[in-house]
Amino acid sequence: MADHGMDPTAPLKGEPTKKVKRKLARETRTQVISFVLMIFLTSLAFISIASDAIPASFAMPFILLLATIQVVLQLYVFMHLNERGNGWANVMIWSAVIIAIPTVASLMLLLGIVKW
Amino acid sequence: MEHQHTVQQTLPPNPEKATLEGRNKFLGFWFFLGGETVLFASLFGTYLGLKGSTHTGPGPDELFSLPLVFIMTMILLTSSLTSVFAIINMKKGNYRGLLLWLSVTVILGLAFLGFEIYEFYEYVHHGLGFTTSAFGSSFYTLVGTHGAHVAFGIAWITTLLLRYRKSGLTLTNAPKFYVAVLYWHFIDVVWVFIFSVVYLMGIGG
Repeated sequence: MADHGMDPTAPLKGEPTKKVKRKLARETRTQVISFVLMIFLTSLAFISIASDAIPASFAMPFILLLATIQVVLQLYVFMHLNERGNGWANVMIWSAVIIAIPTVASLMLLLGIVKW
Repeated sequence: MEHQHTVQQTLPPNPEKATLEGRNKFLGFWFFLGGETVLFASLFGTYLGLKGSTHTGPGPDELFSLPLVFIMTMILLTSSLTSVFAIINMKKGNYRGLLLWLSVTVILGLAFLGFEIYEFYEYVHHGLGFTTSAFGSSFYTLVGTHGAHVAFGIAWITTLLLRYRKSGLTLTNAPKFYVAVLYWHFIDVVWVFIFSVVYLMGIGG
């Protein structure tokens, strides 16, 4: 019923409601803060490698942790996975992650250690 | 209500999901991104398994340079933010803002691609060809597939910008812009792992 009589190719006119505008302003703030955080995390990862003071045994897991945090920010804040009604999108991406982890692990082991 | 000829033109809060087609595009696109994740996982696994097999060619620590990768990372990260601004402007009903921020995203994407072409050119000159070693093949396949995604994203967004330059925001094109921006964010997600696992671990490990 909602789509009845609606022309999807007609230009959309008008302004969003005050409530929507406030929500968008909040969203923008969260996204800019996340961006600053991502820049910080990226710089931290580069510094941990560039500096000779930090041992590689600490830097390696540290970089992976920073990458994971950054990707979660990217997925949930920039790609809106945190919004209500995006449950199936979460199902899709997390199913993929569950398949991706054993894929990486098994390829590493088969190619790198067994040396086919 | 049988003969409603008035065209509804008011801006809904989420124009990208106002129609069934838009919602289907959104869901289908996340399904696609799931497949992309597994594709890149297989390339990452292959690279990690083969990165030590340098044969007679140069290895990661001899080739990679931190400043270049840092600049590329910052460019791509910033382009992710500009595409976020594009979507915010779309939801505000500011179509010109949408087009403007997407154009900035495309320019940043082109800059990134330029650096990557320069990078590969340099590596070939340092003796790392695609068939030099297993490291070379797996490196160019992984980073090259990502670069191909960047090139495709640029072509996709440019096509949308040209096709809809005069149409204004509609319920038809809103999901298209939204999904193209999701794709662009995903490219950045993959790059986060590339700069961490390939470059930083290649130099530091």
